[in-house]
Amino acid sequence: MNAPDPILRVAGLSASIDGQQVVEQVDFEVPATGVTAVLGRNGVGKTSTLKAVLGLISRSGVVEFDGARIDGEPTHRIVQRGIGYVPEDREVFASLTVAENLRLAERGTTPNRGMVDELFPDLIARSAQRAGSLSGGQQQMLSLARVLMNDNRLLMVDEPTKGLAPRIVTEVAAALERAAAVTPVLLVEQNLPVVRRLAHTVVVIEGGRVIHAGPAAELLDDDERTQQLLGVHSTDHGAPRGGTDHGAPKGDTDRSAPTGADESREETP
Amino acid sequence: MSTVLLLLITGLGLGALYFLVASGLSLIYGLMGVLNFAHGSFLTLGAFLGWEVARRMPDGSWLTFGVSILVGAVVGATVATLTELLLIRPLYLRHIEQVLVTVGLSLATVALFEGIWGVDPIYVVGPEWLNDTTDIAGALIPNDRFVLIAAAVIVLLGLVVFLKRTRYGLIIRAGVENRAMVTALGVDVRRAFTLVFAIGGAAAGIGGVLASHYFGYVSPLIGGSLLIFAFIVTVIGGLGSLTGAAIASVVVAVLQQFANFYLGGTGDFMVVALLAVVLLVKPTGLLGSKA
Ligand SMILES: Nc1ncnc2c1ncn2[C@@H]1O[C@H](COP(=O)(O)OP(=O)(O)OP(=O)(O)O)[C@@H](O)[C@H]1O
Ligand SMILES: [Mg+2]
Repeated sequence: MNAPDPILRVAGLSASIDGQQVVEQVDFEVPATGVTAVLGRNGVGKTSTLKAVLGLISRSGVVEFDGARIDGEPTHRIVQRGIGYVPEDREVFASLTVAENLRLAERGTTPNRGMVDELFPDLIARSAQRAGSLSGGQQQMLSLARVLMNDNRLLMVDEPTKGLAPRIVTEVAAALERAAAVTPVLLVEQNLPVVRRLAHTVVVIEGGRVIHAGPAAELLDDDERTQQLLGVHSTDHGAPRGGTDHGAPKGDTDRSAPTGADESREETP
Repeated sequence: MSTVLLLLITGLGLGALYFLVASGLSLIYGLMGVLNFAHGSFLTLGAFLGWEVARRMPDGSWLTFGVSILVGAVVGATVATLTELLLIRPLYLRHIEQVLVTVGLSLATVALFEGIWGVDPIYVVGPEWLNDTTDIAGALIPNDRFVLIAAAVIVLLGLVVFLKRTRYGLIIRAGVENRAMVTALGVDVRRAFTLVFAIGGAAAGIGGVLASHYFGYVSPLIGGSLLIFAFIVTVIGGLGSLTGAAIASVVVAVLQQFANFYLGGTGDFMVVALLAVVLLVKPTGLLGSKA
């Protein structure tokens, strides 16, 4: 398990939206296996960091993917190198059918239907339905399925459990875990039990900068430090690591819910 | 009754012309966010070159007519493609500059056309049948209306099949909804930009040749005058919506005909009034999703 070269290396990355700096001198690495989680309070620049890596917003600094500089390339080239992007808020094409959303995402000539068919049978059954009429959870599955149509070398997944009911959160986490078994994942996630279940490494962002990086367990086991860095408690000691049929996130309801009162996040009493 | 029918079918014919221009405008705006003021010039050039080829062929034959339409389509597609590649693409995502370039191009080309073909209208002749009328329930309908309507229906159906059945059609529909996400799936959306320009240019070029037969002449200003109404149609229909453009084309042209006849030549005024009402009640247009 000696760390090989990272699949993604970011150094001195800065980015701005409409002239306003939203990412400042960010440095981090994503190992070539497993899940690396990007954590941080609301509005600190997690989404912007992913978008900057993909060239969706104007950026400067060094981004290396599999050893090659990609910070000067247009978004579609970067993605064609083998990066699957699941954006915050899903961004499925509402006016297109499920099948059309998937077809649009096919990059090569040999789409990878196997994993998609296996993980999302419910979605396949709804091939002809307009994506805009899917439920939030189904849209999230579609957004994930879209990238899993291809053989990727990195997945970048932005808050896949946001606004979903606990049972769906578990499903999404399970699908991600399957995907992560074959492809490294850079995951933005505020649901700490999900982070604990999936991530090996965490990167914490604050004010557009990286303020902490290290093994996931080390941070999450230190409740005080977690509280200090993220403003939330990491107490979910009841939830075992790895696959669980209780669903990892179910154990915590109020205290370890993310701050920033994301009112769209559903909680069952 | 026969007057109503005549006005209605003439309105449909004029609406067909508007649609041939508006379909491209709407697709280009929907996908790229560019209001293409040069679209009228694609139409005018298609009309002039269609006529240049036609006058070297036997007068009044259907073959000549068909070839000139084909020439219009090819010329429109070619200049539109060149416009996108040489003028629009270098200004990628700089929408204001892109629009200004199309305004400049439209002014420059009108001057160029005047230099080449003069300012006076050039009369065109088509097949004899176009100038005859057909009796429908007592109304004597000039036959050119039917050709216009048929051409627009064929273009509409062709576009629908293209958008629904091809990969580029899929990319265009997705791009109209969320262009950034299309690129984030690894698709080079700029090729689709060139393609919508080419398609829009072809439709405009066909419209140019047909317009010259409908009006009976070509002039350097023929494109500009149709473009104004096509813009109105595009906004009323909803920028980016092909179906919206088709419906609005018919509504605008029919309203114009009826108002001109029954309300003392107020057709243009009524169209602008309709535009104002639509913008007040539904700013995104009949079927549009973005303002
Ligand atoms: N389109 C935009 N225009 C202006 N400012 C923006 C835009 N998008 C994001 N920002 C700003 O950039 C900063 C970082 O936003 P970003 O979305 O990257 O944060 P985040 O960490 O992903 O937040 P969240 O946890 O809420 O998803 C915020 O202050 C936000 O207000
Ligand atoms: Mg975010």
